[in-house]
Amino acid sequence: MQCPKCRGNMRTYERNGVHIDQCDSCRGIFLDYGELETLTRFENQYHAAPPPPPPPPMHHGAPGWGAPHHGGHYGHHRRSWVGMLFSS
Amino acid sequence: MAGIRDLAARYGTAPAEVVPTRPDVLIVRAGDVVVKAHAPGAPREPLERRMRTVAHPALRGIMLEPLTEEVVTIGGRLVTVWPAGTPVDPADPDAAPWEEAARLLARLHAVPAGRVPPPPAAGGPGKVVAMAARLRGNPSAAARAVRGALACLPDLEDVPGPAGLTHGDWHMGQLVRTGDGWILIDVDDLGVGDQAWDLARPAAWFAAGLLDPAVWHRFLDAYRAAGGSATGVGDPWERLNLPAQATTVQLAAAALSTAEREGRALDEVEEALVETCQRIVQFRTACHSVPTQ
Repeated sequence: MQCPKCRGNMRTYERNGVHIDQCDSCRGIFLDYGELETLTRFENQYHAAPPPPPPPPMHHGAPGWGAPHHGGHYGHHRRSWVGMLFSS
Repeated sequence: MAGIRDLAARYGTAPAEVVPTRPDVLIVRAGDVVVKAHAPGAPREPLERRMRTVAHPALRGIMLEPLTEEVVTIGGRLVTVWPAGTPVDPADPDAAPWEEAARLLARLHAVPAGRVPPPPAAGGPGKVVAMAARLRGNPSAAARAVRGALACLPDLEDVPGPAGLTHGDWHMGQLVRTGDGWILIDVDDLGVGDQAWDLARPAAWFAAGLLDPAVWHRFLDAYRAAGGSATGVGDPWERLNLPAQATTVQLAAAALSTAEREGRALDEVEEALVETCQRIVQFRTACHSVPTQ
């Protein structure tokens, strides 16, 4: 196949299921019918699905008699908790 | 009191003022010096030994060095003299220096007990027993739960295991910042014992659901990264279970005593400690029950 712009030779590549024709001389790219829509769909998926947040680190484990940690709600600002944090 | 102010003024560089602390201890600050009147009835000989230990060069940069090893008696109270430092701000607990504290404990634990003048046994286990004794005669279900948890534990003052130099009462109030950075304070419970007890409070707070797990893991990471060996190398709870459970009993007993003295119901944090005592009973009972055949 010849490049419609410079008449150079075009080579076909496949990247993640999308066919791309690229000109060896001018590096121009030619997309077949529907391939632009495929790329747009991939782009939307990339933006719409951020990776899930990492779970809280528990790499030292927890004791069998520990409270179930439901996340988020720690009594930092309760008066008796702060008192206990700082006194014998 | 007048004598303690005079002593503070003699060492210090500014008028003496009383620093708020727990009710049985009196701390007077005069400029860059603090004078501490230890709890009434505290015996002299163990405190003298602890002062000699903490004054040893092996502990420089780890525990605050006293201005003098001398223990003075004023008005029947034992009194010691220290440089002043800035404590952790209780109004901003999220900014507390957990990693620095962990590294200081790791460094303390790395000092061979034989390198310093020998202190007495560490004070941690005895404090649990003394605090639980305050619940005597308290008929509430909460007090029964706390006594029940203590009854499940082995004799705390007779547990065999590796012993080393131990702070004995570590919490966030036991750090001050000086010109050289954070440093551990308070010799009252310094001694030879199971070093895992120095990590027992944050471990107990974590187990009670009070301490953010991320903070606990950061603390333990920093301790281990600094060479801290009190939790071994595998599952830290093999070494932490007993001291953390005992400390939970101590904290719950203290909370109940305070609530009773103030004539009020337990708050959410205090309830969490009592519930943890109930889980300790279930855990210990499950571990130690023998299958009947």
